[in-house]
Amino acid sequence: MIRIHAVTRRFGEVTALDGVSLEIEEGEFFALLGPSGCGKTTLLRVLAGFETPDSGTVTLDGQDLLGVPAHRRPVNLMFQSYALFPHMNVEKNIAYGLAREGLARAEIGERVAAVLATVGLTAHARRRPHQLSGGQRQRVALARAIVKRPRVLLLDEPLSALDKQVRAEMQLELKRLQHQVGITFLVVTHDQEEAMSLADRIAVLDRGRVQQVDTPVELYRHPRGRFVAGFVGANNVFSGRLLPSGGLDVPGVGVLPAPAGKAAGLVGVRPESIRLAAQGADAHLHGTVLDISYFGGSSRIAVTVPGLDRPVLLTVPGPATVTSGARVALSWDPESAVLIETTGDTP
Amino acid sequence: MARRGKAAGRPHVRARIVLLGPGLSYLAVLLLLPLALLIGYTVFRRGRFGGIAYEDGSTGENFARLTDPLYAGVLTDSLRIAAVTTLLALLLGYPTAYAISRLPGRWRTVALVLVVLPFWTNFLIRTYAWIVLLSTHGVVNSALTGIGVIDRPLKLLYTEPAVVLGLLYAYLPLMVLPLYSAIERVDPQLLEASADLGARPARTFWSVTLPHTLPGVLTGCVFVFVPSLGNFVVPELLGGGRTVMVGNLIRDQFLTARDWPFGSVLALALMAFLVLLLMAQAWAGRRLGGR
Repeated sequence: MIRIHAVTRRFGEVTALDGVSLEIEEGEFFALLGPSGCGKTTLLRVLAGFETPDSGTVTLDGQDLLGVPAHRRPVNLMFQSYALFPHMNVEKNIAYGLAREGLARAEIGERVAAVLATVGLTAHARRRPHQLSGGQRQRVALARAIVKRPRVLLLDEPLSALDKQVRAEMQLELKRLQHQVGITFLVVTHDQEEAMSLADRIAVLDRGRVQQVDTPVELYRHPRGRFVAGFVGANNVFSGRLLPSGGLDVPGVGVLPAPAGKAAGLVGVRPESIRLAAQGADAHLHGTVLDISYFGGSSRIAVTVPGLDRPVLLTVPGPATVTSGARVALSWDPESAVLIETTGDTP
Repeated sequence: MARRGKAAGRPHVRARIVLLGPGLSYLAVLLLLPLALLIGYTVFRRGRFGGIAYEDGSTGENFARLTDPLYAGVLTDSLRIAAVTTLLALLLGYPTAYAISRLPGRWRTVALVLVVLPFWTNFLIRTYAWIVLLSTHGVVNSALTGIGVIDRPLKLLYTEPAVVLGLLYAYLPLMVLPLYSAIERVDPQLLEASADLGARPARTFWSVTLPHTLPGVLTGCVFVFVPSLGNFVVPELLGGGRTVMVGNLIRDQFLTARDWPFGSVLALALMAFLVLLLMAQAWAGRRLGGR
């Protein structure tokens, strides 16, 4: 439905978007994921009409979008700061966009009431934004955008201003809403967990380029390129030479469990795939525990291994059974080691 | 807790006295004292050659003279001239301030410097310049007769519009500056949100920009209205020496008519009116800003 083709945007010396091409399907919950400065917000602003690309095209249902001014686009943006009008109450904020469509007063009233019920703010209709909590403000911003029934709803870091409790709640809420209203959602986030839990598909952006577009599961299981492998979820990336009989020969460390191959390559192993092993034949790596972080349900252990420049991370259920400074042996199954494609990757 | 707070508070008190002392004593001596004198004068009779005739005892007639149609007329004229000046300043100043706020950073500074540049020249000289422009054989009339728009020179100088023009010229920057700072502070995201929700630029201006800059409008209006009302140089020079505005009237009572008691009454009346106006502005500003 939305087709972004070879969009480039430069700000002086900085290339915010470098030939970005994406296709977003009708009804999809799509996420643009990347670190700050990767260009994701610029792309969102291009779609909303607040930024004009230097080159490239954007079409919506086959129609050119870039030539349409922001106030005529069938696209709405939920701002990161929410940008609620402080001098209007909740009801008026939501009605503002409908009034601009020249709708009858009665219809505006009905639609505002309906959307207030949807986001559970009927009781707060007469409040001013400053009288609301962060979560409530977020709902107003959301209501103000979806009441317009846009073809696409753009959300700029929708949950970043909320504290952790409210965030988890709103995450579910967003997903429920998207199903309910059936609008295509395009969310921008730097939080990979947020992207994974919300989106049907994710585009990972880095330095203005699309690195990979995939479903959350595929992105996690088969990251393409060192950047995606390191950015999406914690990962241990080993660099070495793959052996035809299986295994990765890492200079100075030895042969680690990995699928078969016959070239230099990168292998990623997720922390939850690595286990503490008994010293001996089963162990593939030996090292010293650097530190332990306890998360309640699980613990994250960092192990320094001679020959590797980064500590190896592993996740164990419950509290860790080892202490900092202990000598440990690590192992994992060859199947859980994933080859990272590096074709076309900028290392 | 309380003891520690008190101990920590003591140096603050001393610092406050040191910092506030000079300014406050200056004001006490040079503002409050003359003001007290002024209030005292109002109940006495005028001396023969100016000053006060204390020996004649007190009287209430100075206040009664305020209702004299002659003086009431001057007061209403002053209010009208100051109001028209303020309105014109707003109509001219708002677009100016708006345009400046939309300039790129460096040019914004240049434009603001240009706005305050006239303040670097003596006020009297600048007002005299208007005489050169507006007089019967002045620049404007010569130009208009020269290109044949009019046959005979217009009477421009020594009219009420000339006074308004002079005041407007003098105080326009005081309108532009507060408006600029108000417009510049409007969150650009609110303007984008308005456009995103389907508002054309004009609608965004009326629904978002203007309501957010009303406190600035109020400040600018007071900044222009207050000095315009009390000004006596402009009406003197461009109004033709007649007693046009309350500022001239007060000056005349002290310097020409030698009637200090009535001059004091007029000055106090003007001051009381302005204090009420400022209180109204503070109240309205709080209501507008109260969100």
